[in-house]
Amino acid sequence: MNLSRKWLSEFVEIDAGDRDFAEAMTLSGSKVELTHDMGEEINNVVVGRILSMGRHPDSDHMWVCQVDVGKEEPVQIVTGAWNIHVGDLVPVALHKSTLPGGKRIEKGKLRGVLSNGMLCSLKELGLDERDFPYGVITAAALLNDYHPQTPGTTPDGDSGPIQVLSVQAVENAGGSLWSCVLSDGKGGSETVVTPCQNIHAGDLVAVHAQTRAICTLAGLHAEQREFPHCIPDGIFVLQEDCKPGDDIKTVTGQDDHVVEFEITPNRPDCLSVIGLAREVSATFDRPLRLHTPAVKGGGPGVLPELLDVETPAADLVPRYTARMVRNVKIAPSPKWMRERLRAMGVRPINNIVDITNYVMLEYGQPMHAFDYRYVKGGKIIVRRAEEGERLTTLDGKAHTLTASHLVIADETRAVGLAGIMGGENSEIVADTADVVFESACFDGTCIRKGALALGMRTEASAKFEKGLDPMNTLPAVERACELVELLGAGQVVDGVIDILNHVPQPTALKLEPEKINALLGTDVSENEMWTILQKLGFQIHRDRTVTVPSWRGDVKEMADLAEEVARFYGYNNIPTTLMRGETTLGGYSEQEKLEQKLGALCRACGCSEIITYSFLSPSAYDKIAMPAQDRRRNSLQILNPLGEDTSIMRTTTLPSMLEILTRNYNYRNKTAMLYEIGRIYFPGGRDGLANEAKVLSLGAYGPDMDFYALKGTVEALLTGLRAPALSFRTCSDNPSYHPGRCAAVWSGARCLGVMGQIHPLVAQNYGVDGELYCAELDFDALLAAKGPDPVYAPLPRFPSVQRDIAVVCGEAVQVGQLEECIRRGAKGLLKEVALFDIYRGQGIGAGKKSVAFNLTLRADDRSLTAAEADDDVNSILALLERELGAVLR
Amino acid sequence: MKQLLEHIRTDALAAFSAAGDAQALDALRVKYLGKKGELTALLKQMGRLSPEERPVMGQLANQVREALASALERRQRDLEAQALTARLTSEAVDVTIPGRPAVLGHRHPMYIALDEIKDIFVSMGFQVVDGPEVELAEYNFDKLNAEEGHPSRDWSDTFYFDTDSRVMLRSQTSPMQVRSMEVMPLPIRIIAPGRVYRKDEVDATHSPMFHQVEGMVIDKNVTMADLKGTLNLLAEQLFGKGTVTRFRPHHFPFTEPSCEMDVQCHKCGGAGCPTCKGEGWIELLGAGMIHPNVLRMAGIDPEIWSGWAFGMGLERTAMRRFKIADLRLIFENDMRFLEQF
Repeated sequence: MNLSRKWLSEFVEIDAGDRDFAEAMTLSGSKVELTHDMGEEINNVVVGRILSMGRHPDSDHMWVCQVDVGKEEPVQIVTGAWNIHVGDLVPVALHKSTLPGGKRIEKGKLRGVLSNGMLCSLKELGLDERDFPYGVITAAALLNDYHPQTPGTTPDGDSGPIQVLSVQAVENAGGSLWSCVLSDGKGGSETVVTPCQNIHAGDLVAVHAQTRAICTLAGLHAEQREFPHCIPDGIFVLQEDCKPGDDIKTVTGQDDHVVEFEITPNRPDCLSVIGLAREVSATFDRPLRLHTPAVKGGGPGVLPELLDVETPAADLVPRYTARMVRNVKIAPSPKWMRERLRAMGVRPINNIVDITNYVMLEYGQPMHAFDYRYVKGGKIIVRRAEEGERLTTLDGKAHTLTASHLVIADETRAVGLAGIMGGENSEIVADTADVVFESACFDGTCIRKGALALGMRTEASAKFEKGLDPMNTLPAVERACELVELLGAGQVVDGVIDILNHVPQPTALKLEPEKINALLGTDVSENEMWTILQKLGFQIHRDRTVTVPSWRGDVKEMADLAEEVARFYGYNNIPTTLMRGETTLGGYSEQEKLEQKLGALCRACGCSEIITYSFLSPSAYDKIAMPAQDRRRNSLQILNPLGEDTSIMRTTTLPSMLEILTRNYNYRNKTAMLYEIGRIYFPGGRDGLANEAKVLSLGAYGPDMDFYALKGTVEALLTGLRAPALSFRTCSDNPSYHPGRCAAVWSGARCLGVMGQIHPLVAQNYGVDGELYCAELDFDALLAAKGPDPVYAPLPRFPSVQRDIAVVCGEAVQVGQLEECIRRGAKGLLKEVALFDIYRGQGIGAGKKSVAFNLTLRADDRSLTAAEADDDVNSILALLERELGAVLR
Repeated sequence: MKQLLEHIRTDALAAFSAAGDAQALDALRVKYLGKKGELTALLKQMGRLSPEERPVMGQLANQVREALASALERRQRDLEAQALTARLTSEAVDVTIPGRPAVLGHRHPMYIALDEIKDIFVSMGFQVVDGPEVELAEYNFDKLNAEEGHPSRDWSDTFYFDTDSRVMLRSQTSPMQVRSMEVMPLPIRIIAPGRVYRKDEVDATHSPMFHQVEGMVIDKNVTMADLKGTLNLLAEQLFGKGTVTRFRPHHFPFTEPSCEMDVQCHKCGGAGCPTCKGEGWIELLGAGMIHPNVLRMAGIDPEIWSGWAFGMGLERTAMRRFKIADLRLIFENDMRFLEQF
């Protein structure tokens, strides 16, 4: 919500500078986003009147002007613009002036001729044609030196029949029109009225043979480069009531400061100048000067005979108020109104439309004006749209409506979308004679849904959807009629149509100062509370009850009153205390502790933490080669995703990890070792929710990364958790992984997950030609596998005996099998088995390998003899040979 | 004889000093002091001396032996010291050669910020709780007093899984307030960190998924002054002692009164700069006293119990804490970014 401080000052006078104003308002609850000084950068720019114009002696396109700037002597200014004429009022940037964008103007010579400043265009003042529609410049195609022709001739060409004429005299024909006396050089002469502003006596122009219009570039089908100086740009010729020497900012309305507020949805009343003025008045403790509109009326006709309103959808129309204005004269609204509209960011259109916008901004009550002649039968019906009913709105867009939309209709058809936008078929146009002003209160939810369904949230609908004060419709329509009379825009018909379907009961609350203080932790006196509430329009009664004003639908109970008190007592005046009361035992859950532990272990192993999105593209499953029948393909689907790529909830973290590995790979980061403890989401949880499980996901690549490096990391993590009886089993059927380099990870009889090298084809799907390694460990399984706290075991008191053995076995025999066999073969003295070499080649034989282990044997109660140790080793060797065909080398 | 002894002494001492290493010195020991050494050989001739001369010579011979023994030992120590110095010199390394890396992983900056926040609240007796991300609109909105028609319920703002807008991705961690009220005994002190989702396109300050931490206290006689005190403590822990805060009125459906807490801009100290968009303050979190409707809906009597709650965005906090300029970096997970933390 923008607020013009000039407009605000009509209701409450505040001296505070912008910064103090913003801070005070922010701290009382109306947050100021920013303050814009409309003319901050414009200095020493005044209105000037062009007294004379002469061609520059040394240029084919510049003019030397003498300009009255309200001083004793006129100043000389050189300009390249061709749209000015003697007598024009123009903005003059004097010597040592500044313009928007930090531009500085000083006197200087232009091709040898002194120029004491610059004449300004709209753009140079930081404005555009939306601010001053009459500032649009139309350029005629001047033939002159560029395309010399003899006056009176009719040149051939593809541009159609034109005639070349010379300009004898130019005179303003009112507003933006110019009357030119043209000659054919043979005594023939005619007068042509044109909107083209760049024509001066002596110019050669092309006139269309039939329409007698002076041709623009478009009319000649000509290109800009053929007429380098005939451009639709130039000086802003003022049509304002001003005189030479006036500060341009007061003329253009740029002497205002506009404050941009962020208004929270509970305060639709603050979406208006009056609503904000009330907050300002309470914040600064300055009187609020409200004005009661007065309408003279007396327009021709009797309202009930002219207009009838029905509201069959009464539940959606709490109140409908309307008045009529006759014999309307559509014209531009006065400068003060246009300025205020512009300051608030609303484009001026014409007096009637501007009045509706003005009232909407001032009262926060959306208004609509429609042309009475298009209200068939003089009857307005506010009803639900019929299914499939069509309506074209003011913005020219055609809509097909449903029964959920509310329309304003006459007896035959819809003429507007209630609370959203009027219909094109009843628009106020130049010859509109009779106008109906509608000031209504519609159901917020209905308007919000309707606007959303049509994708057209308008200023009006944005207000309605928050729920407006039904008591505001009457003052607003009165104000609109008052403005009509003030502007002389028409005759207001006596009487008001006012249908009140829902009579709101004012909320009455008991003021309980001790409860408010108990909630806030303050000691605010009852008197101070009364004062604060009174300033905000609450009515105070002797029995300690307060009546909430109709515009404060958000205040419903004690806590709401407490907020009002706190806002103006000052949030920052509330003391700061620390919590008392029963102490509670804080802490982390087992899950939380495991997450912390796993994270610390991962980082100790060199992995860095990542955060990935919980959603995936449906194509991610194909990308990781997940089988078609895999149950994980059944994912929760977001019905309104941002895009296909983020439309399903992941049932696996693998694609997320691969994406991040790929990104790092593409960034040419040499190595990456990553981890994430992330969630996966399966359909079928309680209440229709998901079963959310966590996964520890690891991913790595780089010169030092291979299967065993990753395995070492996984082993370290699991050892860190004290997970017992770890084993890694060949897993060749997980299609995401390399069939020969993938293992299922087990702790005892519990599978914890999978690890290995990503299948080269899957890596290829991500565009990676190197080796990627990943592991996926189920968080709940890890929690279950986590071992108990350690219990100290006495250190060995007797020395151990070390024996190395090397056995030769077939290639197919796994080291794990040999190890397991060794453990089983020992007779109770074996404490440790450690692989130290695998050898293939000379002396071993094809298809065989030699595997060497270091064995540690020890008894807890004595020193071993060599014979005892040998006995165990022999037993081991015997079992190795018997079960696995592994013989001592 | 005396001459001979003196001669041995002179020779031996000179030889000891000249010995270049332990081996040479040992050979000299044998030569002079060994069983077949020169001194021993000379002493064997003592018998030939007169009884008068014998004690004198004996004494002298002992003096020479002791002198030689101690000189030998001294020299031995010197040589050892020299050898050690030589070894240490030869073992010297180039300390500027990089060490063999022991690679440590890095905590993600968002989680660093979260860990700090958790520590602060756990030490104040808060429990850390966790809940579903795929959530019922009932918990995310209804029971938080955000009635039908609240703009954040729109399909343009929130992700839904069914056409009835019943199941959604939680748009805030606040449903954990309700879930905790429903299952935990009073009084309650919890924080609930986690992922939340909103329908925002990715840019420098927005992401469809981000993290929040919710905090809530319900007890008897809990006041807004308590809320301010606790949150001020949080700001000081996060941004340093003496961090200046301010509280502004705001609106949330589930708190009343509601506020937002700002911290004074660290860059300009409140004067206004590009970091704080000229305001001098940076918004940190939203908070307020729990709305009586929310308590009632959870079956808690607002006449007896009161509470406060806050919610803060973690990415933004981490970004402020570590001066990260673009939110996209948080989710990009570039090693070069991660390694900085």
